[in-house]
Amino acid sequence: LAQAQGKMSSKEHLELTQAPLQKIWVPQTSTLLQRRRGSSVPQFTNSPSIIVMVGLPARGKTYISKKLTRYLNWIGIPTKVFNIGQYRREAMKTYQSFEFFRPDNQEALKIRRQFALTALNDVKTYLSQEFGQVAVFDGTNTTRERRSVILHFAKENGYKVFFIESICEDPEVIETNIMQVKLTSPDYKDCNKEEAVEDFLKRIECYKINYEPLDNELDSNLSYIKIFNVDSRYLANQIQDHIQSRIVYYLMNIHITPRSIYLCRHGESELNLQGRIGGDLGLSPRGKMFASQLENYIKEQDIKDLKVWTSHKKRTIQTAERLGVPYEQWKALNEIDAGVCEEMTYEEIQKCYPREFALRDQDKYRYRYPKGESYEDLVQRLEPVIMELERQENVLVICHQAVMRCLMAYFLDESSDELPYLKCPLHIIFKLTPLAYGCKVESIYLNIEAVDTHREMSSNTDIPRELEETLDQVLVFS
Amino acid sequence: MATSPRELTQNPLKKIWMPCNNGLPEKHTSQRKVCMTNCPTLIVMVGLPARGKTYISKKLTRYLNWIGVPTKEFNVGQYRRNFVKTYKSFEFFLPDNEEGLKIRKQCALTALNDVRQYLGVEGGHVAVFDATNATRERRDIILKFAEMNGYKVFFVESVCEDPEIIGANIVQVKLCSPDYMNCNNDEAVEDFMKRIECYKNSYQTLDEVLDKDLSFIKIMDVGRRYLVNQVLDHIQSRIVYYLMNIHITPRSIYLCRHGESELNLKGRIGGDSGLSLRGKEFARCLGKFIKEQNINDLKVWTSQMKRTIQTAEALSVPYEQWKVLNEIDAGVCEEMTYEEIQEHYPLEFALRDQDKYRYRYPKGESYEDLVQRLEPVIMELERQENVLVICHQAIMRCLLAYFLDKSAGANAKILLPFRVSVNVCINITLTCVV
Repeated sequence: LAQAQGKMSSKEHLELTQAPLQKIWVPQTSTLLQRRRGSSVPQFTNSPSIIVMVGLPARGKTYISKKLTRYLNWIGIPTKVFNIGQYRREAMKTYQSFEFFRPDNQEALKIRRQFALTALNDVKTYLSQEFGQVAVFDGTNTTRERRSVILHFAKENGYKVFFIESICEDPEVIETNIMQVKLTSPDYKDCNKEEAVEDFLKRIECYKINYEPLDNELDSNLSYIKIFNVDSRYLANQIQDHIQSRIVYYLMNIHITPRSIYLCRHGESELNLQGRIGGDLGLSPRGKMFASQLENYIKEQDIKDLKVWTSHKKRTIQTAERLGVPYEQWKALNEIDAGVCEEMTYEEIQKCYPREFALRDQDKYRYRYPKGESYEDLVQRLEPVIMELERQENVLVICHQAVMRCLMAYFLDESSDELPYLKCPLHIIFKLTPLAYGCKVESIYLNIEAVDTHREMSSNTDIPRELEETLDQVLVFS
Repeated sequence: MATSPRELTQNPLKKIWMPCNNGLPEKHTSQRKVCMTNCPTLIVMVGLPARGKTYISKKLTRYLNWIGVPTKEFNVGQYRRNFVKTYKSFEFFLPDNEEGLKIRKQCALTALNDVRQYLGVEGGHVAVFDATNATRERRDIILKFAEMNGYKVFFVESVCEDPEIIGANIVQVKLCSPDYMNCNNDEAVEDFMKRIECYKNSYQTLDEVLDKDLSFIKIMDVGRRYLVNQVLDHIQSRIVYYLMNIHITPRSIYLCRHGESELNLKGRIGGDSGLSLRGKEFARCLGKFIKEQNINDLKVWTSQMKRTIQTAEALSVPYEQWKVLNEIDAGVCEEMTYEEIQEHYPLEFALRDQDKYRYRYPKGESYEDLVQRLEPVIMELERQENVLVICHQAIMRCLLAYFLDKSAGANAKILLPFRVSVNVCINITLTCVV
């Protein structure tokens, strides 16, 4: 057979080699790892995209910009927000009053146009030189003229454009927005609340005069989604490609109804006690105690309409069973598959697979266990969970360490470098409550001891290493 | 109330942990499909004739069944054909034809009755009510019916005024309808156009204001624009996403397995071996075939296993690797021959034959798991145009089942037991058959 293969060496492109870290098969003859072929996640974006927000002030544009950016980055699409207001604040240092925004203030109009152009320039740098794929242009962009400037810029540079218009006429919603995010703006740091609100409302009036909403007829060739905030209504026009389709789906699933998401791991398991990873064993006695305390906590909190989700692994289901409420099992919430390393201790992995162990420390996010998964794979399989969490209201997710790190990274906007090192100890519940532009996190410790399963980032990732060196990051069992 | 927690037992077939009593599994909601329907859903099509309602109904039904939501369509036109036996002319549909109106209303009510049977007694989750439903009055009847029975209602309206598209619809599906068996093409088209006119005067499209409390999607001009209103739950959200991704541009999908692998030769399942000599030969032939076909803008997808990538490499075109296209994980049985599995795991071997769709290998996957992980592939296949998917046996069965509408369904029918050999390429050109 070897001889036969020698004969075929002329067709060498059929020979593949497996990239050791990500376990991706690539052609052997290529000296550079062709990024396209060697990608661990299918690539759907060809040209970069600009997402252009449209809408009067206090319509949630920045909220949507930040949330969308967080989601796209999490699923692996490099995205960045460019907030025009920020450019204005940095250039002008002090904000005087709404008069700056008056449509007849020629001087200000010139300056404001300049900010937009500066921002677009930064967009160009990000998309064309810094490997960004999506730029979110967060400004009012309420006139057709301004939007055509952006369209022209995009055409020149070969970017696709997608508009997101946020429409809301409910005065209560607008007032809540103002209270939540405008009062704490640097613009109003020297005002009292009433002055700030009054000024901001006048600011909105300035924009209303020249507001040209996206129009079914005049803008029928543009790609956009109009969000009618209070009415749960959406109008989507000319969705061009995969990323726009995903964005529309995401926007239609998010909501702003107040709620909390509770994340925790299963109670301590028998394998945890042995210092082994993975597997499918049941709870230890302390794990069962945790489940019991969890039941008490949940009952005390009296959470409205709480949904409970678990994985398909015995230890999360046992934990949920204790609560005595209905729960849903998601296979997608299963712990990361450690492949050949399943049920091993870290010492055993170091002994049997020292190279793998070192590779993992080199790039823990992209490292894939042999015949197993990587954190990057986890994020892909958890995406439907995130989408459903966005749809839902109060949810308790009982899952696993690596899974919980991925979910936390989404809610707390942690990068893929930080994600694999987030601290998610056993027997601690994280309560996440959306607040303004981000997420409030409360840690709830239920006073049941457990082993520590956390490994810190290693400083020496060369192979070979002394066993002790790799293990001093694994903290001693309590 | 300190009750001791229920013990768990692992269902031997599906490998799902469930609470049990004295070793016997208890019926538990954890067996329900994740987040799917709580109460049954009635999807109501809306639109003038030849707007693609039946096309959408059938496609949506096929998709929902494939992802595991028991769904059935109820085409009122079919009920009318069963009742009236022979179709005479468009005059049946004239708005002042009392006799016709009576019959048509009766057919709708009979269909609704069957809907109730399906959703209530037969365990269906979603019923698709395929008719014009063009008046607010008719839709109110349906809403009342749904309210009485505890169903959620979701409207899907198709609006189109492009005469070319409507003309193409008529030619493609109406001319071969049983209604026009005895007419020539021109007569049929003329009659059908008059039929559409009968509906136009009383047509009340779903309105942003008047119907603002209803849940619906309005599809305009075959997907150029969508209006989405009050999506209530998970299944409606999935339906909207699906409808926004499908298109009718003609295209072909090519499905094949990797060329024969080294492990195939040894009769072993799974693993990650490379191509055998014959497999490499297949790859080369596939490359030639694809070149000859001269397919416009062909996308090529593979799994992340060596054998599919080697096959794609022979085509000398760019390709994308999808981890979710990897072969079914046979868990502890990976790289075994069927004889070895029979020897080491006789119980497992038997269980697999009992219900091949739901059977999950120990520490592995089931076909049911595969469908879940393949759903994004199907969604992207719907978005794309010409695609060649180089994958694996179990994967290919799942994908074919979607396109050929062979679902596991609520009756646990076996999913495509037919063998899909290596070295064969299947071309699916999608057409609408009514």
